[in-house]
Amino acid sequence: MNQVSPPLALLAELTHRCPLQCPYCSNPINLERASQELTTAEWKRAIDEAAAMGVLQIHFSGGEPTVRPDLEDLIRHAHDGGLYTNLITAGVLLDEHRIGRLIEAGLDHVQLSFQDSEPGGGDRIGGFKGGHARKIEVARLIRAAGMPLTLNLVVHRQNLHHLEELIAMALDLDAHRIEIAHVQYYGWAFRNRAALMPTREQLEAATATVTAARERLKSRVVIDYVVPDYYARRPKSCMGGWGRQFLNISPAGKVLPCHAAESVTSLSFDSVRQRPLADIWLNSEAFNRYRGTHWMPEPCRSCDRREIDWGGCRCQAFAILGDAAATDPACALSPHHEALVQLAQTDSAREAPPFEYRRIGAR
Amino acid sequence: MSERAVIDEASVPRLARGTRLQFDKHRDQWIVQAPERLFVLDAIALEILQRCDGVASVTAIVDELAAKYSAPRELILRDVNSMLQDFADKGVMSL
Repeated sequence: MNQVSPPLALLAELTHRCPLQCPYCSNPINLERASQELTTAEWKRAIDEAAAMGVLQIHFSGGEPTVRPDLEDLIRHAHDGGLYTNLITAGVLLDEHRIGRLIEAGLDHVQLSFQDSEPGGGDRIGGFKGGHARKIEVARLIRAAGMPLTLNLVVHRQNLHHLEELIAMALDLDAHRIEIAHVQYYGWAFRNRAALMPTREQLEAATATVTAARERLKSRVVIDYVVPDYYARRPKSCMGGWGRQFLNISPAGKVLPCHAAESVTSLSFDSVRQRPLADIWLNSEAFNRYRGTHWMPEPCRSCDRREIDWGGCRCQAFAILGDAAATDPACALSPHHEALVQLAQTDSAREAPPFEYRRIGAR
Repeated sequence: MSERAVIDEASVPRLARGTRLQFDKHRDQWIVQAPERLFVLDAIALEILQRCDGVASVTAIVDELAAKYSAPRELILRDVNSMLQDFADKGVMSL
């Protein structure tokens, strides 16, 4: 096995608390409560350990990271440690003063989420009245402060008809970058799959819209695009490979290879409270289990793409097949691929059921 | 949003806000960090980027590099233009 390289990026999930209730939230179903969260001192130590390992970028996320009053303090700490600092936020708790303090602390970039291009859909999908209007205001404040801005747009069957409007909104808000990501089906999104899954025709129309917008807007705005992999031929290179480039620290300090990894209940994860971060990265059972190619079954093992997509997504294999070591069923070479496509087609053909909103304490 | 920025000799390039040029001591390489992106610089790209201070024009940068490497000016100009235009298209460079 190759020598293990240090991670490039750390996703710091400061909290699971959030005023929004998006039904595709990437947080686990079992949300951690405020009393379990790492303290400021514990986060600072974890950030120091990450920088010492060679991490270059830190993404402050959640939940909603701005609910933590120590966010400025942590940004400053990461910035002083030489890390590139990014804030991933729903924005609704921000105002001009807080934005100023975050920038002053050394924030490099902001990613702001929108749920739709208009208040009706935005507030309904996010489960937060007045949220959309507030986000528009906050986007303008961020740009007025001179901060570069990415809009994060999660798309699905209930907002894809507004894709052109979403892109126009991003231009109007003077965003530098747009991240258009189809829902990935883990945790909450898996539970709400029938309410979110687009038809293949909707997906193809969306992809054509994005391709045309990229060409039209070349050099004016960067558009990143993530497709829904149930309809893919080959799986995504999830996280660039398990334990290769990326690590995630949960609000309570669990160290994960990706934000959805706790859904793989056959694994147990170490905490920065108990074990040094570098030791967890290099030596923990959970990180080594699916790192590299040694764990792969056929058809991955002999596939010439095994070091391109690294077997796809372990969480998806576990969610669909109950076996995290299986080939990702998003791959057309998986014997279970046709069944996965069938799930997507069945879900998207039904009338959309009501959302089950993300809530702490839900079961 | 502005129209596509196209480089010419009068352009005064600088790194866009939200990007950072730094030495990565763990991997022994120069990099530019940008949102969700990381560009590893080769020696030529580094020479060019280190001169993009928001004061020097492309003309001045090319003259300096042509003198330093005793290389044909048009060759250097071509390298500088293509690299900076590429970075501008990726949102990393302001022209």
